[in-house]
Amino acid sequence: MLDVSGSESSPAAAGPAGELPRLLRGIPPHGAMSLDGHLAAHGPAAAYHRRRGRRAESPLIEQIARAGLRGHGGAGFPTATKLRAVAGSRGRAIVVVNAAEGEPASLKDRTLMHALPHLVLDGAQLAAEAVSADELIVCVCESAPASVDSTALALAERRGLDGDSARAQVAAVPGHYLAGQESALVNHLGGGPAIPTFTPPMVFQQGVRRRPTLVANAETLAHIALIARHGPDWFRQLGTPSQPGSALVTLSGAIVHPGVYEIEHGASLVSLVDAAGGAYGSPRALLLGGYGGSWIDGRLLRGVALSDEHLAPHGASLGAGVVALLSADACPVAETVRVTRWLADQSSGQCGPCVHGLDSIATCVEEIAGGVAQANATQRVVQLAALVHRRGACGHPDGAARFVSSALDAFAPELADHARHGPCEDCARPGQLPLPVFGRPPAPTREPISLR
Amino acid sequence: MTPILAAGTSLYWYLTRSTGAVALLLLTAAVVLGVVDVRRFSTPRWPRFVVDALHRNVALLSMVFLCLHILTSVLDSFASISLTDAIVPFAGSYRPFWLGLGAIAFDLLIAVTITSLLRRRMGYASWRAVHWLTYASWPIALLHGFGTGSDVSSTWLLALSVACLLAVLAAVIVRVADGWPEHLPRRGMALGGAGAFVLFLAIWMPGGPLGAEWARRSGTPSSLLHHARADVSHGSRR
Amino acid sequence: MSHRLRVNPIACEAHGMCAELLPEAIALDEWGYPIVDDRPLPPALLDHARRAAQACPTFALLLTRERERDRDRVS
Repeated sequence: MLDVSGSESSPAAAGPAGELPRLLRGIPPHGAMSLDGHLAAHGPAAAYHRRRGRRAESPLIEQIARAGLRGHGGAGFPTATKLRAVAGSRGRAIVVVNAAEGEPASLKDRTLMHALPHLVLDGAQLAAEAVSADELIVCVCESAPASVDSTALALAERRGLDGDSARAQVAAVPGHYLAGQESALVNHLGGGPAIPTFTPPMVFQQGVRRRPTLVANAETLAHIALIARHGPDWFRQLGTPSQPGSALVTLSGAIVHPGVYEIEHGASLVSLVDAAGGAYGSPRALLLGGYGGSWIDGRLLRGVALSDEHLAPHGASLGAGVVALLSADACPVAETVRVTRWLADQSSGQCGPCVHGLDSIATCVEEIAGGVAQANATQRVVQLAALVHRRGACGHPDGAARFVSSALDAFAPELADHARHGPCEDCARPGQLPLPVFGRPPAPTREPISLR
Repeated sequence: MTPILAAGTSLYWYLTRSTGAVALLLLTAAVVLGVVDVRRFSTPRWPRFVVDALHRNVALLSMVFLCLHILTSVLDSFASISLTDAIVPFAGSYRPFWLGLGAIAFDLLIAVTITSLLRRRMGYASWRAVHWLTYASWPIALLHGFGTGSDVSSTWLLALSVACLLAVLAAVIVRVADGWPEHLPRRGMALGGAGAFVLFLAIWMPGGPLGAEWARRSGTPSSLLHHARADVSHGSRR
Repeated sequence: MSHRLRVNPIACEAHGMCAELLPEAIALDEWGYPIVDDRPLPPALLDHARRAAQACPTFALLLTRERERDRDRVS
């Protein structure tokens, strides 16, 4: 099925259970869906899967495993595996809903928390029950106050709700890029700065207050809420065998109706773009996944399908569901330079290879863009990208390296042109890719590594 | 009997003085090496792990001599110094204040030594905080030496002490200069403290340990003073 | 049972003692930070690896022991 549903376009029509929209079914044009509205749209709350005997695994985890659900926070980790890891760890578990969404080009999680909080909260309570957690913390990015308020109101609506076994609260969390990283979020909830920590111990073993912690993306939990209601076979009616189900994507850039859309995995990019009113002109390139994702040439738009399997040969993946179209009149080199420098600034300053490596990469591409680079600057960038790979405590340097490497491939002609002639006339245009200025990471408790 | 006894007590007294001087020398070397280490000095002949190990070993050796210094001072029957006086400051009868400074310095160094031996269990930040006590222990030890020691006026010990002071001063300046001007208040206090200490010594020493009747003024029990005065004229002990 | 080296990049402050003591498995990048060969250590290097891990002033070098599925920290 190639139908896509937009947050602004389609009405809240009830279709057959397998069809789109799924998560976005009945999404109100303004404000939040009430608890009653939520129950009307999705049916009664799932029969909560009581554990048979203390050691028996929750049947819900089995359902999620059969459904093949993977995380929607960017890493795509199999959700059932994560649930099992938390359930199997010693101590009383705690569930953290991750709607921190530090990814600038992504809006899906804050949209869910704003408009459809009960869907996420259903999923969170179900997950809590499945891992025997008695506490739930819903982390919403503080730069989306409407989403924070909406979540708080939804929690108030649910007070005393039968089936909500975990004690729930909302927490407004910082908006910088790394704040939503699993260990960073746990660090922040434990009273520390919102920056990553070294693992092991993994958060599923020792997270918030040293308890086994399930950190789950808001969208992933929304899917759990629906799998619990309709079953894994229903879930698999959409999508591909290796990547079943639907997903939310944030479509931005040179598109008539930017916004959050729901697609089935494997949907063609063209159908998404058409559903969003079409692109402005022919895009130069597409950024997929997020700022830690990859560029692909705009000429491939017609042939690209939105699933990790289909994107892999292009060196890309769906990641956090970011699909950003770069218009033909933007300068891809300037955009790359801006984002690369922003990514370097977003380093938490804890790991030498990340601090030095990303700064060097950013400086290198800035020099290329300015026409003042050394002869082998591109090789130097490739070398640096390899040098930072897996040498940080988190995946940040890897993502930045991936972003830049894909830019070297996709924008080779423009880069060569800038290296020779310096900035082009489009370099001075305002950037198309958003770069929040407020979101700098907090300083680590130890001396942050300086670039001296 | 008496000559043998006299010889026996005199031996411990000599050992206390000498181990004290060596301990001061080694502590000075440990501080200097510590700064060399933290400044990441290395050459092909002196790699980092060697400088680091040298600092650690010299520091441990200084503790050995410090313990010998304490032991011999307790065994020396001239002044009644007990083992507790080495740890509990100001409780003794012999020059209580100046001896007490030695106890304080020793306490600080015990803390530093134990935390360094158990550093893997402690956490880096806590270990580091305790380690900075070395900067406090050194001047206290020096003051103890000047106040308690009987050789202060002798040229060799004075020269040694001044040399050690200059070495530690240089080390402190090098340490404070690293990363200047970050953490300015902390660095300012360190330099100010060092300068004040040197100034204090310059003003106090001539009228203090180097001045007349220091043995009496520093708190030597009067029963021992008689010995002291009698022996000074013979040019032998105290 | 295999042993592997791992660096805690947050604790690491580029002192470089590890590379001095175990040049066979640890090299330093242009900023002085260790690049560690994370393949299983040959038994001949094990003592040197232990010494290198002990020498790290910030306890950033870890020697982990693997028994197929599980991992214990050795030092």
